[in-house]
Amino acid sequence: MILNKVITTTGVGLLKYSALVVIILLLCACGDSNKLSLSQRSIIYCSEGSPETFNPQLVTSGTTIDATSHQLYDRLITYKGKENILSPALAKSWHVTKDGKKITFYLRQDVAFHQTDYFTPSRKLTADDVLFSFSRIIDKEHPYHHISGGHYPFFQSVEFGNLIEKIEKINDYTIRFQLKHADSTFLANLATDFAIILSQEYAEQLALKKKEHDIDLHPIGTGPFKLKEYHIGSFIRYYRHDDYWQDQAKIEQLVYDISPSKTSRLTKLLAKECDVSSYPIAHGKIKERQDLELDSVTALNIGYFGFNTKKAPFNNKLVRLAVSLAINKQALIDTVYQGQAEMANSIIPKSSWAYDDSIQMQEYNPIQAKALLEVAGLAQGFTMDIWAMPVQRSYNPNAVTMAKLIQADLKEIGITVNIISYEWTTFLRKLAQGEHQTFLLGWYADHPDPDNFFSPMLSCSATETGNNRTFWCNKEYDALLQQALQTNNIKKRKSYYAAAMKVINEELPLLPIAHSKRYQARDKAVKGKILADFGGISFYQVYKESPTQNPEESENEGSSNNLNVEAKH
Amino acid sequence: MLIFTLRRLNLFIFTMLVLTLLSFSLSFLFPGDPVINLSGQLNSTEQQLAVINQSYRMQDNIIWQYFAYIQHIIQGDFGLSMSSQSPVIDEIMILLPATIELSLVALLIAMFTGIPLGFIAAIKHNKTSDNIILSVAMFGYSIPVFWLGLLAILFFSIGLGWLPSAGRISLLFEIEMVTGIQFFDILMSNSPDKWQAFQDATAHIILPACVVALAPATIFVRLARASMIEVLETSYIRAVKAKGLSFQQIIFRHALRNALIKIIRHVGLQFANLVTIAMVTEVIFSWPGIGRWLIESIYQRDYTAIQSGLLVLSCFIFIVHILTDFIYAALNPLARGNKHGS
Repeated sequence: MILNKVITTTGVGLLKYSALVVIILLLCACGDSNKLSLSQRSIIYCSEGSPETFNPQLVTSGTTIDATSHQLYDRLITYKGKENILSPALAKSWHVTKDGKKITFYLRQDVAFHQTDYFTPSRKLTADDVLFSFSRIIDKEHPYHHISGGHYPFFQSVEFGNLIEKIEKINDYTIRFQLKHADSTFLANLATDFAIILSQEYAEQLALKKKEHDIDLHPIGTGPFKLKEYHIGSFIRYYRHDDYWQDQAKIEQLVYDISPSKTSRLTKLLAKECDVSSYPIAHGKIKERQDLELDSVTALNIGYFGFNTKKAPFNNKLVRLAVSLAINKQALIDTVYQGQAEMANSIIPKSSWAYDDSIQMQEYNPIQAKALLEVAGLAQGFTMDIWAMPVQRSYNPNAVTMAKLIQADLKEIGITVNIISYEWTTFLRKLAQGEHQTFLLGWYADHPDPDNFFSPMLSCSATETGNNRTFWCNKEYDALLQQALQTNNIKKRKSYYAAAMKVINEELPLLPIAHSKRYQARDKAVKGKILADFGGISFYQVYKESPTQNPEESENEGSSNNLNVEAKH
Repeated sequence: MLIFTLRRLNLFIFTMLVLTLLSFSLSFLFPGDPVINLSGQLNSTEQQLAVINQSYRMQDNIIWQYFAYIQHIIQGDFGLSMSSQSPVIDEIMILLPATIELSLVALLIAMFTGIPLGFIAAIKHNKTSDNIILSVAMFGYSIPVFWLGLLAILFFSIGLGWLPSAGRISLLFEIEMVTGIQFFDILMSNSPDKWQAFQDATAHIILPACVVALAPATIFVRLARASMIEVLETSYIRAVKAKGLSFQQIIFRHALRNALIKIIRHVGLQFANLVTIAMVTEVIFSWPGIGRWLIESIYQRDYTAIQSGLLVLSCFIFIVHILTDFIYAALNPLARGNKHGS
């Protein structure tokens, strides 16, 4: 009887055990394939948000640029190396006339466009494609200009339309830009993430089908990857572009796993569900792990606290100065950036060649701030709004916390602060409409030229396109920027920019807070450079190191053991 | 049997009427225009609005409106989701199979662990193993599912790195959706990485399914134990014991089947409980099922999605109940006399 009982219980146990073995078998029955497994040939990137569009010409948002610019497209010229020298890309060479007004590009003849489910190219890249890509931006009559809204924020902020006289196609592989006046940043602008080349043939086909909007939703480019599928808020799948004009990308598939929550990105990284994660939190934890790596670049960016200079009381310089004096910047950097940032004295980082060492740091002095408020006639204090951006960016990882700290600082000098936050697109729209009093925002440089900080952020023309949300327009400042652009003499340019920085620090349309570092976490097996010094990320050079032979062998042993166990049943 | 079937059908129709009535009244209870809540058409022009009003018979009295609503539902038109502006029924058809898959796997795990454990406890009635099993079951029953889910992720995904923490399958695999039940879809697809995909999907379902299974499994332990004890005390068991049958014969031939019959009914009832647990678990494990979608709809004030989602989900659970009733009746001739549904 007792023996029987034992047999029954073990019988039941064996039943369950065999179920377990089956599951284990399912999990381990790999390793015998000769070629690399799918996960070895692919990269999953946990990104922080959905791209708004697949055309970088239309946006300035970092998330969209990260997802599209270097994956799907190429530019005429590009930056190479540590010094960021302009080098050939789609254009194999170029020539600038002495007066700097005519720039001729000689294109490569072997550049193939993507072949996808929705488009099959019949020809390689020609001057027509270049002409189309730029005419779309500058020619308001162009049939594609108003598709997707007709806003080209980057190009409008650098006044591309006013700069280019005309674009001429000389022959199929030669194209010439004629400028109205010499501009030392023109080439730099052509190398940015925004100045990508679209396919004119694809645009024509879409026009025939009356589906023009598809050009920005189902993109065709020349880049190392092509779009396979996209589910908003869920994922983007890219395949390798096999006919890429340079060496093929090393991975076959690139997936953007869209995970807006910081903690879920961290969890996925730790659980190996993504290979690379954008903007990781818990740096300490990542550094602790042997199998993970934390990358960082001191990015060309600026996080700032801006004032709407068209609205009272911030139309008064004294009030702006008083508020700036009352903010403890060091505390902001320690708390919000956790010390992972450099304090900003001006809008350009110290690493830029244009930075002037004589620029003085804004000090923290609440007593003087109070005095200034009295002079401004606001001794009894007032109530103001701070608009804190709702998303995390490397230039400002947590705007709401920053707003709370500023709230506490300003309370000391009798100013009551309300913190306001909207959903991101609403936030940007309302800012562009000037509904705010003050705001926390930032700026990434698109290329290393210092003009990329000065013009888009604070020039008069940028007030209209909505990138200058302080609505500060200063004739002297604009004149300085113009002079700096017209010369190629670095020393002269530097002196103009130094003067411009002085104007900013006197007028204080915004208070520069910090230049942050951009972080990215990745699995140790993932090799190759992803983060760029400026602008968007690129997965072109990335690959996965195959694991050493030994663990695979032991895995095989393990599975054969399991087979034996099952055979015994 | 005919009367039994008719009774169940009758019950089904009336319950559905009450459910639709509730869901219909929700559109008046939610803020906003009832016809917009019903149809989900947010940015419609004057003419479109007139067409919608016409089709929902908003100009007639409320009874006609209700019938118009029923008509739409029978045609499979649940309106548009307010947040995505795509038909709710399409979204549900994609999401519901994911929830069914998770719940079924969890139910199987719960049955195959809970019921044997319960039987062992009953056979060892009042001995140490009985006490251990009972106390473990009690402990398992008291653990809140959201806490368990997070703990499982922390331990198995982050700590040990054995199992993935989110989603149904790694994004690397492209599986075309045919049935919606992912395991079938993988087997039917002609992807070269089919087996890798299958392993990956298996690895993805283990954690959420086990978390969902815990509470029902503990209930099954107690049910199985109680019913086995009851059976073992009946006189026919005593009779076969007296006839000198071996212990194994007593349990497997006589006790097991009689004890199982009593549990089968509860399996169906537990399914409702299981789906509720699955909804919370879906949120924790980012499982793309209907529970997570419903909770997101609540955040986004997507009234159309909420009311149709509730209707479909409760209808589904009700069908499962009726099905178990039928299975029970098929297995247990005594139950066929039960004319009234329960």
